[in-house]
Amino acid sequence: MIEVRLIEQAFDAGDAIRDFAAAHPQSGGVVSFLGQVRADSSQQGDDVEALELQHYAPLTLPGMEALARDVLGRWALDGLLIWHRVGEMAPGDPIVLVAAASRHRRDAFAAADFAMDHLKSESWFWKREKRAGQWAWVEPREQDYADLARWGQIGN
Amino acid sequence: MMARLVFLGRLADLAGGAEREVAPGPLAGVIADMEPELAQALAGPRVRLALNGALVAGDGLVVKAGDELAFLPPVSGG
Repeated sequence: MIEVRLIEQAFDAGDAIRDFAAAHPQSGGVVSFLGQVRADSSQQGDDVEALELQHYAPLTLPGMEALARDVLGRWALDGLLIWHRVGEMAPGDPIVLVAAASRHRRDAFAAADFAMDHLKSESWFWKREKRAGQWAWVEPREQDYADLARWGQIGN
Repeated sequence: MMARLVFLGRLADLAGGAEREVAPGPLAGVIADMEPELAQALAGPRVRLALNGALVAGDGLVVKAGDELAFLPPVSGG
């Protein structure tokens, strides 16, 4: 089962993981990653009031669906869930949830890791943060590109 | 009929809005007609282009009436 969604409202990651696990009783392992809005920023201090994720409809969801198909082609999964928020969020809100279900855990770990690295650096999202009432765009981090590059060396 | 330009991320701030209608024509000319700071940003090497929902190269591109051309700066998701 592939479940890829762009979500405009806050969601409960715990509910989503429970339902996903229940839908895959044959899977011995379910690995999930939850990304949430942090209250501080490595770039500019600890006063983030809000975060906004912008997307471009003609590209963003189709790109996430293509990523999901790629992941399924690389690892033996029973299921894959990719949910990504768009719109305005507050610190502590979930931004992204990836869950992979497989018969054995290693495939699920690797699939979730791969999916996250590609969501961070290759999916069509633009992020900005609000501090002291001022919005500022977040530039991509070099580490994100380095994380992505790992997959060119292993796992292909 | 005009063509529509879409600016994502920080490019929308530079453009003063997320969308803009322009007269059709070669992309180089469309960009050259814009404010210098915006034109410079749009022509940057890390800005990708999507024409009517498909990624395209900018070299030699001609924007036609009714087209939607999006300017996509480096992404920052997750």
